[in-house]
Amino acid sequence: MHEESIGSKVVKWILIGISFIFVFLMLVLPLITVITEALKQGWKVYLEAVSDNYTIKAVILTLEATVCAVAVNTIFGLFAAWALSKFHFKGKKLLSTLIDLPVTVSPIIAGLIFVLTFGRQSPIYPFLEEMDIKIVFAVPGIILATIFVTFPFISRELIPVLEVQGTDEEEAAALMGAKGFTIFRKITFPHIKWAFLYGIVLCAARAMGEFGAVSVLSGHLRGKTNTLPLHVEILFNEFKYVPAFAVSSILVMMAVLILIIKSVVEYIGKRESEDVR
Amino acid sequence: MKKANKRVIPGFGLSMGVTISILSVMVLIPLASLVVFTLHMDLGEIINTITKKRVLASFEVSFLTALIASVINAVMGVILAWVLVRYEFPFKRLLDGMIELPFALPTAVAGIALTSLTADTGLIGGFFAKFGIKIAYTRIGITVALVFIGIPFVVRAVQPVLEKLDSSYEEAGVVLGASRKRIFWKVIFPEIKPAIFTGFGLAFGRCLGEYGSVVFIAGNQPFETEITPLIIMSELQEYDYASATAIALVMLSASFLILFLVNLIQMRNTRILKGGN
Repeated sequence: MHEESIGSKVVKWILIGISFIFVFLMLVLPLITVITEALKQGWKVYLEAVSDNYTIKAVILTLEATVCAVAVNTIFGLFAAWALSKFHFKGKKLLSTLIDLPVTVSPIIAGLIFVLTFGRQSPIYPFLEEMDIKIVFAVPGIILATIFVTFPFISRELIPVLEVQGTDEEEAAALMGAKGFTIFRKITFPHIKWAFLYGIVLCAARAMGEFGAVSVLSGHLRGKTNTLPLHVEILFNEFKYVPAFAVSSILVMMAVLILIIKSVVEYIGKRESEDVR
Repeated sequence: MKKANKRVIPGFGLSMGVTISILSVMVLIPLASLVVFTLHMDLGEIINTITKKRVLASFEVSFLTALIASVINAVMGVILAWVLVRYEFPFKRLLDGMIELPFALPTAVAGIALTSLTADTGLIGGFFAKFGIKIAYTRIGITVALVFIGIPFVVRAVQPVLEKLDSSYEEAGVVLGASRKRIFWKVIFPEIKPAIFTGFGLAFGRCLGEYGSVVFIAGNQPFETEITPLIIMSELQEYDYASATAIALVMLSASFLILFLVNLIQMRNTRILKGGN
């Protein structure tokens, strides 16, 4: 490469400086704020807020919704990725657009469509009532909304990887008589395992933090239909700032953990794919 | 390869079946219920609802703040992507990892953290208050929250294109004596333009629908800082599903339009990416 002139060095450090200042002000400072505000009145108040009964119930509900979302979207993601990347058929574009649709819809609208589907004015509401199934303003609604907003997260990570990999290896295996699941386990899965893990991490992150859609469907019953982000909202609106930030700090720790896992997964994945080459 | 694919690989029926069933339950039926509900509504009533002064004002607030935030993100996103691809410096991996924080951090947590930072009593808000500038509870505050939400979109769209860019054109430019500025605008910029627009479009779409981070910082004054998703939310809380749906339809059309444009640009973008491979 050509030698860098002094001018381009100045530009380089100015741009790096701008980047660091921007990231610090917009991303790092809010994180620090959460932690300092949470510990403003000392550890005792912090621990009290975190171990509050409602907080623990909110943690449990959040985990429940997250596990459901990850489970459903994993099953969907694997099958959809297989269908979309290994076969050619009519309407493939349409299908992949439909799969991506949930993330482009505003979370509030996502909540709205579930209210319209299962709420009081819905044609199936009398049926649901007869069966004594509650969806809107109850836990099933929260789970449905969470699955919806994270719907394409896993399939979207898998499809590009599988498309690059092509179908030659699977075809060879099938012609040699391997069964479907064996082909998947022995040939396809090793290619996608890092993308798959990454997809799960992304899905879990979004599922834990979903606010808008869950807010529409929750009904905000403390201890019953309150997820962690909704619990933060209630505390904050009641001017209980320290508890609000204390509960937020749980979510911040989860977010940082997710970022670390993500970086590690990406790093190992990249190194492995370079080794293969 | 396409011709050879006479479905040697097993599992087409099963994977399509699972894909379509889960897609139907989670996405298609809820969306269909929105369509069914809309069909029962009177067109005049819809127009009446969406042309109310307060609703129109919310469109303006949402659209303007999302636009400004996405422009800021487009500029900062290109700088960040450039710095991350072209330069080596300490803490580069950390900076790269931080970019994805807005995906991992729940929006409600981001919302309350940014609010307490930019309120008059906060670190940043206090500084600007000296000059008589209010950030939290104004449109500036909404824009700040949306910048936070949109950061990763442009960076992650531009980064891979910059990485794959063939450096021989640039070197030719240098050899021919073009200035760095000229090389950037004439050689590099045209190549990354589609990626910038893709990232911009995705960020803009996300910002239009954003709810969680904005409700805390906006102050939610009608006509001034009330965003459209919030209006839908308040209609829902009053059980006015017809109005909520009417307003949601406007937002949905906007986000579909954006999605369509982004896909159009992305198709060209993929060609460039694959060409560079």
